[in-house]
Amino acid sequence: MIGQLPALQVVVPLLAAPLCVVLRNGTLAWLLAVATSWAALAMAVVLTGQVLAGGPIAYAMGGWLPPWGIEYTIDSFNVLILLIISGSAAAILPFARHSVADEIAPEQHARFYSAFLLIMTGLLGMAATGDVFNLFVFIEISSIATYAAIALGRDRRALTAAFNYLVLGTVGATFYLIGVGLLYAVTGTLNTADLASRIAPLLESRTVIVGFAFISVGLMLKVALFPLHQWLPNAYTYAPSVITTFLAATATKVALYSLLRVAFAVFGAGYVLERLPTEAILLAIAGTAIVVASTTAIFQKDLKRLLAWSSLAQVATIVLGVGIGNAQGLAGALLHMFSHALTKGALFMAAAVFALRLGGTSLERLQGAGRRMPWTSAALVLAGLSLVGVPLTASFVSKWTIVLAALERGWWPVAGFILVTSLLTLAYVVRVVEALYFRPSAADAPAREAPLSMLWPLWLMVAGTFYFGLNSSIPMRLATQAAALLLGVAP
Amino acid sequence: MSLLGIVNYWVFVALMMLGFYALIARGHLVKKLVGLSVFQASVFLFYISLGKVDGGEPAILVDDPTTIYSNPLPHVLILTAIVVGVATLAVGLALAVRIREAYGTMEEDEITEMDRTA
Repeated sequence: MIGQLPALQVVVPLLAAPLCVVLRNGTLAWLLAVATSWAALAMAVVLTGQVLAGGPIAYAMGGWLPPWGIEYTIDSFNVLILLIISGSAAAILPFARHSVADEIAPEQHARFYSAFLLIMTGLLGMAATGDVFNLFVFIEISSIATYAAIALGRDRRALTAAFNYLVLGTVGATFYLIGVGLLYAVTGTLNTADLASRIAPLLESRTVIVGFAFISVGLMLKVALFPLHQWLPNAYTYAPSVITTFLAATATKVALYSLLRVAFAVFGAGYVLERLPTEAILLAIAGTAIVVASTTAIFQKDLKRLLAWSSLAQVATIVLGVGIGNAQGLAGALLHMFSHALTKGALFMAAAVFALRLGGTSLERLQGAGRRMPWTSAALVLAGLSLVGVPLTASFVSKWTIVLAALERGWWPVAGFILVTSLLTLAYVVRVVEALYFRPSAADAPAREAPLSMLWPLWLMVAGTFYFGLNSSIPMRLATQAAALLLGVAP
Repeated sequence: MSLLGIVNYWVFVALMMLGFYALIARGHLVKKLVGLSVFQASVFLFYISLGKVDGGEPAILVDDPTTIYSNPLPHVLILTAIVVGVATLAVGLALAVRIREAYGTMEEDEITEMDRTA
């Protein structure tokens, strides 16, 4: 049983998804989804223990040995991602009940949870698989479920947002597929490890370079890295709040994981960082993205849209960490994936509560909510502090690691840039705080605190950001090991 | 490489660009989806061309040991990709229908205009 965990991690939510539809009853489907997400989290925790104790695990799907069969490889890099996905789902699904009851028609509930589980399956599969074509299939499983889930939003603009994402997302996935085809044309294999050994003598071939370009651009569309971010702000703003929370905590990070995995495990760190001008490109793109997205966030009038732009800036910060190009920068980037998942999860959960209780998330509606909904508002402020990177929070640890990495390379301007752009983050967090606490409420404003079933997952996420801010040894250990693994050096 | 092999790749690139152009330049949602489908189909042709072996037979096992077979793996991969493409197209068309119900039009310009003034 324990030996089958790498497969079960993906198969259990995959099987639970159609069961949700068969159950038809929204409450039963919700219970099944919650149970599934907790089972997935338990499996991810056990896998983490195994990897920390005994190193990477290789699993041959169906007993077909690689390179012919599909191999799942679990190492310190993807257990971190598995933990992020299943942990987010395990906290968000208990939280989802009230929000979904409010935002989605009752007859759609079972199907909604089914879509949620399919997104989760796709993301878990993307993290677990060690086969580049299998990765494509999982990208599409999670993407198609995401398109359907976004379209369930109340506003009709959710439909156009979903359609735009469908078009751009499919282009991204197809680009990835072309890249994989080009690599298959010169190597004849799809297994990540096998590809790496066969591609080494071919790295200068034009086919391989073009393949790398297609794969990078395709996956960057999924990462929503500026200037390929067009689809994200509308999708996050108009999707049902629960879906936005889950996507913001996981989806773009898993896509970035896939990109890093293919880039470093197949092409190799030397090729990516030294042969190609990756550092310069990533630093330029990420730097522009951070400034543009943070500045745009400051001028938003809606909390969900503001947080969506903030997500773009934070993902760019992760990319900046990768672009610094040393082990510490990579470790900081991976750590920032983890801390940002917690932080942004908490922030979007708070936004979901406001959407439920105030009927919308425009900053105007939020005015004076600090007094009327003290617990939710306080959670939002604390998570906002973590977003800025205030000491004692998880984001501080990860941002600091990235700053140190820049200093290690002697790149003072980059380190200074990260610190200065944190002030931009502070600016938009302050705007939200101002609306919550320093503006008078409208006279007829609804005044009810969130239900307890929404408050505890929200505060659990907030507590998580502070716990991992004070004691980051486990994620730090995983991130450092993973960075060493990717760069091919001993930890 | 035979001329046929090279022609296949030219067709792949031409179709890919046609589909991509339609996807970007067309304002009607269904036309965009047609472009998307052509774009995806071009990649299917690319994979199938990759699997062709000169003088290769379809990969069905026969008794004659001297038979050369074409590589069946890309075919199998593309079977999966076709299923994915059909699913994407189905979701896309369903969304187009819902957009038509909600906005009364499928022209992107008009939808953008309605959202801007709303």
